[in-house]
Amino acid sequence: MAVHSLQSFCKWLASTSPSQAIQTTEWIIPATQTVHIVAVAAVVTSALMIDLRLFGIRWQDQAVAAVTRRFVPFIWWSLPVLLATGALLIVAEPARALQNPVFFLKMALLIGAICMTLACQVPLRKDPRFWEVSPARRRGAQVMAALSLPFWIGIVFAGRWIAYVQG
Amino acid sequence: MLDSLLQTLESTSVATAIREGSVLFPWIECVHVLALTLVIGSIAVVDLRLIGVTSRDRGVAYVTAAVLPITWTAFGGAVLTGMLMFSSNATTYGSNLYFRIKMALLVLAGINMGVYHLAVNRGVADWHTADTTPTRARVAGAVSLCLWLGIVAAGRWIGFTINAPT
Repeated sequence: MAVHSLQSFCKWLASTSPSQAIQTTEWIIPATQTVHIVAVAAVVTSALMIDLRLFGIRWQDQAVAAVTRRFVPFIWWSLPVLLATGALLIVAEPARALQNPVFFLKMALLIGAICMTLACQVPLRKDPRFWEVSPARRRGAQVMAALSLPFWIGIVFAGRWIAYVQG
Repeated sequence: MLDSLLQTLESTSVATAIREGSVLFPWIECVHVLALTLVIGSIAVVDLRLIGVTSRDRGVAYVTAAVLPITWTAFGGAVLTGMLMFSSNATTYGSNLYFRIKMALLVLAGINMGVYHLAVNRGVADWHTADTTPTRARVAGAVSLCLWLGIVAAGRWIGFTINAPT
């Protein structure tokens, strides 16, 4: 039943005039995907820069809080862009995403990655040296960094696989 | 001459395997996209510093030393995966307008970088604040950002003008 109603929702959405307009204007989808990829680049690179600081491979002469303050806004400001461009792509081709298991895998990975970014950032608000006060904290931060990278990579990979897997 | 070269490339066993398999191409494309996000993301870190938008409390030389090794590693990955995808349908890609535009933009980005290294970044050790970044460096940063944006767009347009999943 749920599957059936999702199917009819996709069909309905695809028949609406905004969806029809996007489908018949050739440049909208590639242009939207371009903006989407650029925003992904901002997010993935920012996450990598923070993680490299937590590993002590880059920006070692700066505090973790300083590096996070510099790069984390790019993650948060890119998310609305990603949601807007992603939503536009769904309106254009609803079934391509909403009836695709890879799309839901991508969303699950995204939630995980957001949670880990918050877990890194929030403690720094109360104590800017939170991740540096003890060897145990430093290790904890490195474990988090090591776990978050596969999530971001998975999001990129899943994003591309949406095009190849059909629901 | 070029055509027969592309045909030879297309008939190599690697190219045939990528073309005829159902999972090789998507996986290579995944790595290509991951690599290019790191290329343009890390270049943007440098460009935004050159323009004077971010990392203003750090010298340009410090930022480029930290970031450019990541850029070059990712660029190597993007070139390798790009060549693999190209080989799978070399004649089709070779005659695709957007593929040609993308290659031209890559050459321009390379020239922009060469000009920056040879002429623009003289005195880079003194650029510790945004105010000390000379106009020529800001222009190089802005040109670089625009070119890479164009490269991503052209790459996406290749997908929509060649008969492949998008």
